[in-house]
Amino acid sequence: MQLNMTEQDDIVKISVEEERMDAHNSGDLKERMLQLFDEGKCSLIIDLSMVRFIDSSGLGALVSGFKNASAREGSLKLCCLQPQVRSMFELTRLHRVFEIFTNMDEALESF
Amino acid sequence: MSKRVEVEITVPNQTKYLGVIGRIGESMAYSLKSYNGNRRELAYHLNLVLTEALANAICHANNCDPDKDVKVSISASDQDLIIQVFDQGKGFDIEALAKLKAQAGDEGGRGIQIIFKLMDRVRYIQNDDRNVLEMTKYLN
Repeated sequence: MQLNMTEQDDIVKISVEEERMDAHNSGDLKERMLQLFDEGKCSLIIDLSMVRFIDSSGLGALVSGFKNASAREGSLKLCCLQPQVRSMFELTRLHRVFEIFTNMDEALESF
Repeated sequence: MSKRVEVEITVPNQTKYLGVIGRIGESMAYSLKSYNGNRRELAYHLNLVLTEALANAICHANNCDPDKDVKVSISASDQDLIIQVFDQGKGFDIEALAKLKAQAGDEGGRGIQIIFKLMDRVRYIQNDDRNVLEMTKYLN
């Protein structure tokens, strides 16, 4: 999975540069987030602007990151969801779990 | 009434083919001339249920065995669209899986539930040679 990571004020911004997040590539994001947690970086924003499709494995990877960040008193937030990706969070009711922001600036300001 | 259109494809037991099969489902949605609903939404849903069913067959039923394969059949008429995904595993109890409700913090367990939410009829038939997950969407 192609991930573009940048840091700003102890917050790691991860842009998922893939059209699809599915069972083929979502494990990569999960592993990368676990590495960040091991490095003590527990405040993450996942930018999903390039993701057109997400399945249950993609959602599961984000839930894993959310749980691990929360367990370390950090947080994982989402931004820039395309409408059909957003509909998946609503279908599975995960929009009640994640903080979802329209753009990156709003997500950054929320920390 | 137009003739039923059917596509059959067999793919190696590898998740890298999920996108290919999902996109075939999307293309089928756009080719349904008599469908009056939200075509873009149907395309996304077919992509999704194909991806979920194929991933289930590859990773769970076929246990990621590279020597196995998965056969997918998509057929459509004016009335319905039927997706069949054939695996070579031991089979599973789909009704029991459907009853398990994934909790907010669960990382897995949503795939089969998504299929049940988006399709009108779902059944899993166990056979000696191949099992089949059959998912039907009524179109009009």
